[in-house]
Amino acid sequence: MTVVERVPTDKVVVEGMTGDAAIAHALKQCDIDVLAAYPITPQTIIVEDFQKFVANGEVKTRVIPVESEHSAMSACVGASAVGARVATATASAGLALMWEILYCAASMRMPIVLAVANRALSAPINIHNDWSDSYGARDSGFIQIYCQSCQEAYDTVIMAFKIAEDHDVLLPVMVCIDGFILSHNVERVEMLPTEAVQQFLGVRKPAIALDPDNPVTMGPLALTDYYFEFKEQQDRAMARVPEVFERVESEFEKMTGRRYGRFETYRVEDADIIIFTHSTPGGTAKAVVDALRERGEKVGVVRLRMFRPFPAEALREVLRNAKAVAVFEKCRSFGAPSNPLALEVRTALYDLDERPLVTDFVIGLGGRDVPPSTIVEGVEKTKEYLKAGRAPLYETLGVRK
Amino acid sequence: MSKRFDEIPMAGIIIEPGNAMEYKTGGWRAMRPVHTDETCLWIKNGTCGLCWIYCPDNAVRLIEENGKYRYEYDYDYCKGCGICANQCPTGSIKMESE
Amino acid sequence: MAVRLKDMLKREPILSSGHRMCAGCAAPTVVKLMGMALRGPTIVCEATGCLEVATTIYPFTAWKIPWIHVAFENAAAVASGVVEAINAMRDKGRYKDEQVDVIAIGGDGGTFDIGFGALSGALERGHKFVYMVYDNGAYQNTGIQRSGGTFPGQETTTSWAGKVEPGKRQRKKPLAEIVAAHKIPYVATVDPYHYRDFITKFRKALEADGPAFIHAFSPCPRGWRSDTSKSIELAKLAVETGLHPLYEVIDGKEWIMSGPSKRLKELRPVDEYFKTQGQFKHLFKPEWAEFRAWIQEEVLKDWEELKRKCGVS
Repeated sequence: MTVVERVPTDKVVVEGMTGDAAIAHALKQCDIDVLAAYPITPQTIIVEDFQKFVANGEVKTRVIPVESEHSAMSACVGASAVGARVATATASAGLALMWEILYCAASMRMPIVLAVANRALSAPINIHNDWSDSYGARDSGFIQIYCQSCQEAYDTVIMAFKIAEDHDVLLPVMVCIDGFILSHNVERVEMLPTEAVQQFLGVRKPAIALDPDNPVTMGPLALTDYYFEFKEQQDRAMARVPEVFERVESEFEKMTGRRYGRFETYRVEDADIIIFTHSTPGGTAKAVVDALRERGEKVGVVRLRMFRPFPAEALREVLRNAKAVAVFEKCRSFGAPSNPLALEVRTALYDLDERPLVTDFVIGLGGRDVPPSTIVEGVEKTKEYLKAGRAPLYETLGVRK
Repeated sequence: MSKRFDEIPMAGIIIEPGNAMEYKTGGWRAMRPVHTDETCLWIKNGTCGLCWIYCPDNAVRLIEENGKYRYEYDYDYCKGCGICANQCPTGSIKMESE
Repeated sequence: MAVRLKDMLKREPILSSGHRMCAGCAAPTVVKLMGMALRGPTIVCEATGCLEVATTIYPFTAWKIPWIHVAFENAAAVASGVVEAINAMRDKGRYKDEQVDVIAIGGDGGTFDIGFGALSGALERGHKFVYMVYDNGAYQNTGIQRSGGTFPGQETTTSWAGKVEPGKRQRKKPLAEIVAAHKIPYVATVDPYHYRDFITKFRKALEADGPAFIHAFSPCPRGWRSDTSKSIELAKLAVETGLHPLYEVIDGKEWIMSGPSKRLKELRPVDEYFKTQGQFKHLFKPEWAEFRAWIQEEVLKDWEELKRKCGVS
């Protein structure tokens, strides 16, 4: 365990920057060895800014300007296998093209950090935010963390390497921000001194690497007799994430005074209705809750951060006393009875003898604005459903129908 | 014997280079190469070696001891493809039924 | 590099016995010859394919040098990552080996077809690595399906010879030429029969100042329905018939015909090659005589063009 000290305020640099820029700066300070990436809106600023650091000699990273996202993740796996600290960034179609190799990265236990600027999937082609891209990758074996602010994106990227590279974990991490809404909006970001970040992270120490002095074979054929055992290992590594996350965040808090948890709770103690969402709608939801509380309504927010591994047990304790949980999610899982976020919430609550009612609102597809009124509409509907004692498994809000 | 998940390195990584040697492929063989010393250039003067060069299974052993040359097959691995016999320039290798 | 038997005998093979490639498959020989050319610490990145599958069936590996397989279409991209990670770690004083060579290997399917984009990208970026394709003329690993590397007239399970079709109708993708068009420092075609030529060229590839590409012809008795003992002989015949001529291309502009091809007074008829394999048997039916003649014509035209490029009369 590294010894970290509180960084004095005068050493902190405050700048206005976009979510993408915040991630680029974090990657620079993490002293990554290799960045392999392909341009795609709205992630591109990350790579552009990073290439500028390289061009100015501010960082000793080898950037591989690959010809596709498939090759981006493949090059990351190759680099990580040698023992390098590695990152990439993508969105939407780019993540979809990486798909096959996401599974390889996770299964081969490569601690790669992947920044995702969440964007809708085609068709029609659309550059704006929803969560269909990374939700689709929820079974890939990546840890997934969703951020609400540029500061949080910066902080999370730094912590992500420490979590990923921990030998109890050795899994890749997706750090997700809402495309445009966060990726392109300028917010106040407190940047740590680079020395503090590097002391916090240290240099990556690979568990096993491709090394001519100690030749190993990585990525063999494993069939019916062994494949399952490797999946068992992977599953257990994922199960160890909460403990490592807690440890890493505690150290980070010592250094910065900031901690986020696997989820954030806001005015939930006596709440009858808990709004459950993540990323930027989390901020909107908190504003809605403040307004509704002024009218005397008992509402609160749980803003999820860690979608994988999903903190089911911890959430159950927070949600169990509410009358209803209103899930707002920017994804439709076509043909599914409800949608990725609500499915997890329902599973988490199912074993309770008395469960809150769960409503599931699909919002903001393709970047459709999610104003406070959309959240209010969902809360109002949830109240009606509570009266009726039943709710539809999901419904869409904010679409002309 | 097959091992438990916590008794093997992670992610299928194989840490013993070349441990495929434990897997004997000689049982695949239907035809067996038989070598005669008389005409073999390796035995004669330590040259040629085409059988050794081309053998896909490293099953030919060309041995030099005290200035003398010896020839062996490793029948644990020879799959009996017959490449050695086919490429032998002096006809010193014959394939025989197992 | 002079290739002498006694030196070869001293080298530790990079691929052990006990692999499960089919009897008579030339690919292990191709890898053995590659191993003879190595100049020091080396890492291999391999695409999915026969060689990958049959040499690393868990818990066994035949590889004695560091080796990684990730997927089918990305060997060149994985190699990019390996090369640049070593460079970065060396820049930061965290890498002990002075020099590590990186080799990517793919079959014809993984190189001519699905891995072509990744290969082209890696060549354009100029990473210092060698890409070797072992070309056995079809997707043999998945059960003999046609690829961009399949010859015209070749019967596969996705280019059947039938009453109205003569096997594959299309030409073979001229991959080495396309790779050479990237103007990389070194491209060479090789075959396992001409092992001296093979090893010499592979060593040149390793020593090239930038990416290099080796196109190795690799007979497959299972897919080709040929005698297992004939694999090396067929490699020789492919050179002699002009189906796999041997040459080098330096910096994409200097074409050099290699000895074994250059020494041919004239090509042997492709029929001699076709007769040795079940996959071409149908071509000798009267209805495909014209098609067979067309293949021969095309081979001769390509040969003349190659001679012209190489300045050979």
